[in-house]
Amino acid sequence: MRPAVLTGEHYMTGDVACAEGALAAGCLFFGGYPITPATEVAERMAHRLPEIGGTYIQMEDEIAAMASIIGASCAGAKSMTSTSGPGFSLMMENLGLAVITETPCVVVNVQRAGPSTGLPTQGAQGDMMQARWGSHGDYEIIAMSPASAQEIFYLTIEAFNLAEKYRTPVLIMTDEVIGHMSERVIIPKAREIKTVERVKAKGRKDRFRPYAAGDLGVPPMANAGDGYKIHVTGLTHDEMGYPAMTVEAQYAMMDRLVGKIRNNVKDIIRYEEFMTEDADFIIISYGVSARTGWAAVEEARARGMKVGMLRLITVWPFAEDKIRELAARVKGMVTVEINLGQVHLEVERCVAGRVPVRLVGHPGGTLISPDTVIQTIKQEFGV
Amino acid sequence: MALWRVPLDAEQIDVTLGIVHIIKERCKGCGYCIEFCPKEVLEFSKEFNQKGYHPPRVKKPDDCVNCHYCEIICPEFAIYSIEAEQEQANP
Amino acid sequence: MTIAQEAIREATSHPLDDLLRTERIPHIWCPGCGIGTAFSSCLIAMKESGIDLEKTVMVSGIGCSGRGAGYVKLDSYHTTHGRAIPFATGMKLANTDLNVVVFSGDGDLFAIGGNHFIHAARRNVDITVVCVNNFNYGMTGGQAAATTPHLAKTTTTPLGNPESPFNLPLLAYAAGASYVARWTTLHARDLTTAIQEALANPGFSFVEVLAPCPINYGRRNKEKPLDTLRLFQDKSIIKNNAHPTELDVDWEKGVVLGTFVNNPRPCSTDMYDKTCRLEEKPEKKTAA
Ligand SMILES: Cc1ncc(C[n+]2csc(CCOP(=O)(O)OP(=O)(O)O)c2C)c(N)n1
Ligand code: SF4
Ligand code: SF4
Ligand code: SF4
Ligand SMILES: [Mg+2]
Repeated sequence: MRPAVLTGEHYMTGDVACAEGALAAGCLFFGGYPITPATEVAERMAHRLPEIGGTYIQMEDEIAAMASIIGASCAGAKSMTSTSGPGFSLMMENLGLAVITETPCVVVNVQRAGPSTGLPTQGAQGDMMQARWGSHGDYEIIAMSPASAQEIFYLTIEAFNLAEKYRTPVLIMTDEVIGHMSERVIIPKAREIKTVERVKAKGRKDRFRPYAAGDLGVPPMANAGDGYKIHVTGLTHDEMGYPAMTVEAQYAMMDRLVGKIRNNVKDIIRYEEFMTEDADFIIISYGVSARTGWAAVEEARARGMKVGMLRLITVWPFAEDKIRELAARVKGMVTVEINLGQVHLEVERCVAGRVPVRLVGHPGGTLISPDTVIQTIKQEFGV
Repeated sequence: MALWRVPLDAEQIDVTLGIVHIIKERCKGCGYCIEFCPKEVLEFSKEFNQKGYHPPRVKKPDDCVNCHYCEIICPEFAIYSIEAEQEQANP
Repeated sequence: MTIAQEAIREATSHPLDDLLRTERIPHIWCPGCGIGTAFSSCLIAMKESGIDLEKTVMVSGIGCSGRGAGYVKLDSYHTTHGRAIPFATGMKLANTDLNVVVFSGDGDLFAIGGNHFIHAARRNVDITVVCVNNFNYGMTGGQAAATTPHLAKTTTTPLGNPESPFNLPLLAYAAGASYVARWTTLHARDLTTAIQEALANPGFSFVEVLAPCPINYGRRNKEKPLDTLRLFQDKSIIKNNAHPTELDVDWEKGVVLGTFVNNPRPCSTDMYDKTCRLEEKPEKKTAA
């Protein structure tokens, strides 16, 4: 019987590495629904969860899958689902439920080209704005974008850790290419993996206020069956968790919900800089497109162009300060992403006209070539 | 008396005496307890509660058989009965 | 009657108060609304069944009936419209020690949530579903539902409902529910017993409660609250073990009440453990 942490060196696809990352993080429940190119995550979990005492269930659709993982998390299990565009759309309403009820969970979107059924077997990064704003109303969300199978393993662990720490859903926004490509993945020893558990409710059960801010603005959590007899609702609620249909209650609840992310962006946001110190031009990219970015930087440097890259590991919340800082010292930026300009809009917003910003995008189905990036930099910035 | 009053509960219940308790402020005046009490123990009172409804009052206290039907049908948790002796034992 | 007795009759607390979030009472339900009776029966059943209430959870969807979870003093989850059952499924599977009761409306469970209902019944997930069927969407002002009788008037069927309603017990039976009963709020005592049996059944249990919605359904169909209950009295036929095909809601013909299915079979987690967990492997972990 295999353990939860498969210590050793493996060749696995990004989808499988994602599942292994979840298990290493302590995931015990997966509610799934098959969809290319995310199916392998569910398949791996269906094999592995019963081995380690967890539970896999294939739900009747993605709405149910999303609802089931929220229920499982409220019952105390770290839980996850995976999907691609069409299923991601179906999950949006309950993603909002996880946000407002502050239920930790992880949702993996192995992106394919859309809209609608689009190109089911070919990659894209076209769901990035949906990840940010797909559910209705205002909210903050954490979304991470891995650039390799090895990284998806680690980021899935990070995603669970952040979900538990901030009591929030966390999205892994990967894509078909990362999901399906086999790479070397090294899984460390179990004791070397840092996992985070939700802060549990403690103290007098009759005095517990389930939505009163704790450290970092995050309320300690009582699971179902812990004896706290809590009420949890998707309605606007007060600190008791009771519906409170007033402007004041909405304000107070939203202030804390949004604040627990906004006030802790330093802890949440992860990015990586590649040859940015002396760069005149910056590539902003994430996920599989960062691989295009790396190649483009190397090629550009070989040709004597001072190009560097800011790789967003957490796409949401957005690394605004970093981008503003770069905008103050470079001559131009390009956003490289497989869509027609989504994260690009955020880059433009942060740069606010200080330097020219161009998109190197594509509607999906293929990777962007490093050459296109270099050509764009040359043409647009006259180097 | 309507025919249905008889089969509802009466014969399953041991005949003991009950005392009905009414939480007047919870009542929304639907009249279910009054209409469906097998012993016609209750009637609407003339008084209004704070919500503006007429809560029931006990018309025939000695007839209550402690069947709890009023208690179970009341949508408002506003009425219940207690066995008479028990009531005397623990007031 | 002595003055002392009169004083006692004006009580301030109720025997179910320990199961109620009394600070939230009065509830939002309209005068004469049947949801309160169905809810009360559910609480009595939970209490009398002797199950561990610290390990008992109520899950609701959205609607007037879906507000149930907000009034019970247990761990209680008010989820999204139609999704109480998949939420409850995740909860039960993640911690099989929990007793999970879904309390919600007909629109919630059978229109938007119909797909989840049939799948949970098929899987025989060990949860109890109590559906308040008030023949319409009460909360949104009385629109037609999947349970609205043919020709009944609602705001979206002003000339009468052209469609036919679901026979919910037949649907539950066909989908594989291992316990199926139907009562009305007038039959509150039988209803309570049925919910108790449903709680005891180790599998997917379904209890339909026919209930008045005097404000939105009754008003448009010329039924005052008491008229609806009289209809429940005059036009209901108690017939345990009736064949599910006989259970259409047709008040002309009469509506059959009773327990129709009580056939325990292995529940989803038993079947999962038996099929998917190989023998040497550790026991299912109950989430900490
Ligand atoms: C996704 C979604 N669609 C629509 C609604 C609006 N809505 C709220 S309650 C409800 C109907 C509830 O009907 P039912 O479940 O029968 O409950 P009742 O109010 O009759 O008890 C609807 C359509 C919603 N909240 N969410
Ligand atoms: S308990 Fe209630 S319903 Fe029963 S006889 Fe007494 S008053 Fe009537
Ligand atoms: S059933 Fe309850 S709410 Fe209705 S009249 Fe009687 S006490 Fe009042
Ligand atoms: S609208 Fe109908 S279902 Fe809703 S509370 Fe009022 S009577 Fe009950
Ligand atoms: Mg309804």
